[in-house]
Amino acid sequence: MNFETIIGLEVHVELKTKSKIFSPSVNEFGSDPNTNVNPIDLGYPGTLPVLNEEAVNFAMKAAMALNCEIATNTKFDRKNYFYPDNPKAYQISQFDQPIGENGWIEIEVNGKKKRIGITRLHLEEDAGKLTHGDDGYSYVDFNRQGTPLIEIVSEPDMRSPEEAYAYLEKLKNIIQYTGVSDVKMQEGSLRCDANISLRPIGQEKFGTKAELKNLNSFSYVQKGLEFEEKRQEKVLLSGGEILQETRRYDEKTKETLLMRVKEGSDDYRYFPEPDLVPLYIDDAWKERVRSEIPELPDARKQRYVAELGLSEYDAEVLTSTKQMSDFFEEAVGHGAEVKQASNWLMGEVSAYMNKHLKELNDLAITPEALAKMIQLIEDGTISSKIAKKVFAELVENGGEPEQIVKEKGLVQISDPAQLQEIVNKILDENEQSIIDFKAGKGKALGFLVGQIMKATKGQANPPMVNKILGEEINKR
Amino acid sequence: MAEITKEQVEHVAHLARLAVTEEEVEHLVDELSAIIEYAELLNELDTEGIEPTTHVLDLKNVMRKDEPKEWITQGDALRNAPDHKDGQFRVPSILE
Amino acid sequence: MSLFDHTIKELEAMLHSKEITVLDLVEESYQRIEEVDGQVHAFLTLDKENALAKAKVLDEHPDAAAKLFGIPGGIKDNIMTKGLRTTCASQFLDNFNDPLYDATVVEKLNNEQYIAVGKLNMDEFAMGSSNENSSYDPTRNPWNTDYVPGGSSGGSAAAVAAGEVLFSLGSDTGGSIRQPAAFCGVVGMKPTYGRVSRSGLVAFASSLDQVGPITRTVEDNARVLEVIAGHDKMDSTSANLEVPAYTEALTGDVKGLKIAVPKEYLAEGVAPEVRESVLEALKVYESLGATWEEVSIPHSKYAVAAYYLISSSEASANLARFDGVRYGVRTENADNMIDMFKKSRSEGFGPEVKRRIMLGTFALSSGYYDAYYKKAQQVRTLIKNDFDKIFEEYDVIIGPTSPTTAFKVGEKIDDPLTMYADDVLTVPVNLAGVPGISIPCGFSPEGLPIGLQIIGKHFDESTVYRTAHAFEQATDYHTKRPQLGGAN
Repeated sequence: MNFETIIGLEVHVELKTKSKIFSPSVNEFGSDPNTNVNPIDLGYPGTLPVLNEEAVNFAMKAAMALNCEIATNTKFDRKNYFYPDNPKAYQISQFDQPIGENGWIEIEVNGKKKRIGITRLHLEEDAGKLTHGDDGYSYVDFNRQGTPLIEIVSEPDMRSPEEAYAYLEKLKNIIQYTGVSDVKMQEGSLRCDANISLRPIGQEKFGTKAELKNLNSFSYVQKGLEFEEKRQEKVLLSGGEILQETRRYDEKTKETLLMRVKEGSDDYRYFPEPDLVPLYIDDAWKERVRSEIPELPDARKQRYVAELGLSEYDAEVLTSTKQMSDFFEEAVGHGAEVKQASNWLMGEVSAYMNKHLKELNDLAITPEALAKMIQLIEDGTISSKIAKKVFAELVENGGEPEQIVKEKGLVQISDPAQLQEIVNKILDENEQSIIDFKAGKGKALGFLVGQIMKATKGQANPPMVNKILGEEINKR
Repeated sequence: MAEITKEQVEHVAHLARLAVTEEEVEHLVDELSAIIEYAELLNELDTEGIEPTTHVLDLKNVMRKDEPKEWITQGDALRNAPDHKDGQFRVPSILE
Repeated sequence: MSLFDHTIKELEAMLHSKEITVLDLVEESYQRIEEVDGQVHAFLTLDKENALAKAKVLDEHPDAAAKLFGIPGGIKDNIMTKGLRTTCASQFLDNFNDPLYDATVVEKLNNEQYIAVGKLNMDEFAMGSSNENSSYDPTRNPWNTDYVPGGSSGGSAAAVAAGEVLFSLGSDTGGSIRQPAAFCGVVGMKPTYGRVSRSGLVAFASSLDQVGPITRTVEDNARVLEVIAGHDKMDSTSANLEVPAYTEALTGDVKGLKIAVPKEYLAEGVAPEVRESVLEALKVYESLGATWEEVSIPHSKYAVAAYYLISSSEASANLARFDGVRYGVRTENADNMIDMFKKSRSEGFGPEVKRRIMLGTFALSSGYYDAYYKKAQQVRTLIKNDFDKIFEEYDVIIGPTSPTTAFKVGEKIDDPLTMYADDVLTVPVNLAGVPGISIPCGFSPEGLPIGLQIIGKHFDESTVYRTAHAFEQATDYHTKRPQLGGAN
């Protein structure tokens, strides 16, 4: 029997407002424990939540970027459960009136485009952080408590772990473009749970699903799903039954392990939050937020192709992260030739980043410097080969390309008289090569060019060298 | 009709994180059944199409600006804690 | 005669003319507490050292603009006071010695230079109508200590009635200010929902809770409400409305006032002496030029059931934060986290609190939400509509505050349903969110006070006060004092 895989993802994204969603504590990652807290975050008796307007704006922005319909009437609800990191023993969330619904994003896998539906996007508060000591105790830090969080629930539209990976990449990219979150999985500002089930091909009804947790990177999501796909297939083929269970991905063994079997659904006893009044989001508010959304990756990509004449592939790579795309735009804005800028970013710059595991923003080179360097190539001041030396300096230590060229004496030799002299000197020293050339050995010319370049430390203008060498050799 | 069972009482007590003795469960079965039976009075009313009142005042869009404010220190945060260590609240292990 | 027989306004004049000092007032307060609180048990925590120190400072720096300059007051123990123990009369919070912040109402009192005498006894987490649910020695009725003072703000009402403080703050979720005010023969106001900030009031039922003043006279009451009322950015449900000068509404003039008297408020179940007193009061209003007519609150018989479902549901969530992680008393014998939660909560909460948490958890649980919680919220809408309709034609609604006078300690403690049923006249007011006051209007044959309830339109506390004040001026019930200390 052959099976079809059904995958749906739940993604949580922390919003980078200055203060928390329901209290004025600083919203910041990496502070000393329990320093970014106040009585509201600690669930002190008598404290009340007051909604941060920016958190609503950010959630709307994300929802709009994911093509969601924005609710006109929305509200908050209490989701009740006890846990040491949940200080009120209820989380303020949204139950039946999420801020966004019915969205979608487009992914591309193996050259095939596909739309993945987004069921809902709602706004809620993050919990504190619970860690387990080896002394038999658990420890709670409430700094994260009250960080604004959006939960993005996809439709069960993905049919392979690869599609799930592509969905996450695309989702992350879009959110990054909106600027509402850092979407850093390693800092927990993007977190993902995955639901996966199998059904015999041709069957309409979904099979029983398992929920995967503890997925700490996109590739672990993919690997976890791949493992789970095989596990479920094996169970089903051997006549077994898939239980509705929560499993976690173990990074060491590369397996998914059972955490608990769910009995029915959890009873969260949702009810409308009496401490917060409803939201009425009118068209003017929606439009105001919509107008603040920057150009999103798909739109940028299309523009790069249509207006800048880049290939689909180049446009895709350049827009695959906001940093790369912004860097590219700025460089072009500073006068860099489009194709050159694209080639440098996708070539040398990306290679450097990959080699040193660095992000674009961490490199010393600025978009302006890249643009200037490209201009120096364009106007013949340096050759492409020399440019690599300049780039090596820029990427490590930054600085002004012109100054680097000057200080290091890297200016290209384009003076015909000077080149003529050098060419003749080399010809004088290599009479055998002239003979070889005249006897029809083309290779000899290459050797001579090499010698000239060597003599000029690569600074001779290559087209001019070719031209003058041709002329001078014919004179002999 | 509105009979609440022992199992229901135990389930609700677990949801509410209350430890209840056998004796308390018996009492609660009687008391909750009586209260719920009394609450059945509401079923005399046809409330089809009536909006539930969550807020008695018609307020909307009450929000604050995104401005951080200092309030308490780490020492304050931990002051009333039954147990804390190294700046964190300490609790018995969640592992059973 | 005690200094506390004067109104706040009179005392302010005496203070600023140096006839008396703030220290005199504060010492009188603590002296009276020493004399009678052993019988009354109104206070859970006293703040004497700070109070005396502040009195001395105030005597050196008189401030004629401060509305409560040097006036000793008490605060119900479910209202947060920075640096002063706040227990909600619960063993769970027995060690809660430093709440980190002041409730907004406390901040406002401080701004007007009141003197904090101490924290007042109550039913645990404000759940109860007799004070017998306090986990400390329950407060007794100053008029007869065999009787309950009412609840849940029993300590707040008794402290004022016993002359221990000039005013107190209580909280009212289903009658918790008005009913003890009635039982103790003092003036207790539950303002419109949203009139007073709830920030710092330990939540029982968030959509019903309001803080309000308890005093001996209507004028004092209006004065304290002027101080504590108003919009608060810390409470999203507080109304952004100007606070009228309530004390200026006390004209004594009720000519042409249209009073509605719901027939359900004088029906069977209301004690004869209570009904008589209310009818007598209506005669007083007639003599002052007001008119009254019988009306109906058709859904009032459903109010108690709706109230207990809504308030218990909200309470089940509001009291879930008491888990032993960040504050409060943690059990000493827990094996793991869930065990710690369960044992801490079970050891810390009394039976009534547990009962309501259980009821509320049940009403919200999967499969029952629509039948109980949502149904109750819909009935709430119907009750609110009943009030709206009456207020289209009438200025105020008048009836008794409680169907009976105070009952004996222990009389109803084993019968929660009967105890709940006694709230029938007060809970509709909370469900509708309108303001209601209780003022003394007579005494039972046993000498226990009877309360008259005056209910107004949303945010029309001014008319409620004017109506209450006119009656007070025409009668002398408010001048009667309980005989404590030796007499009992």
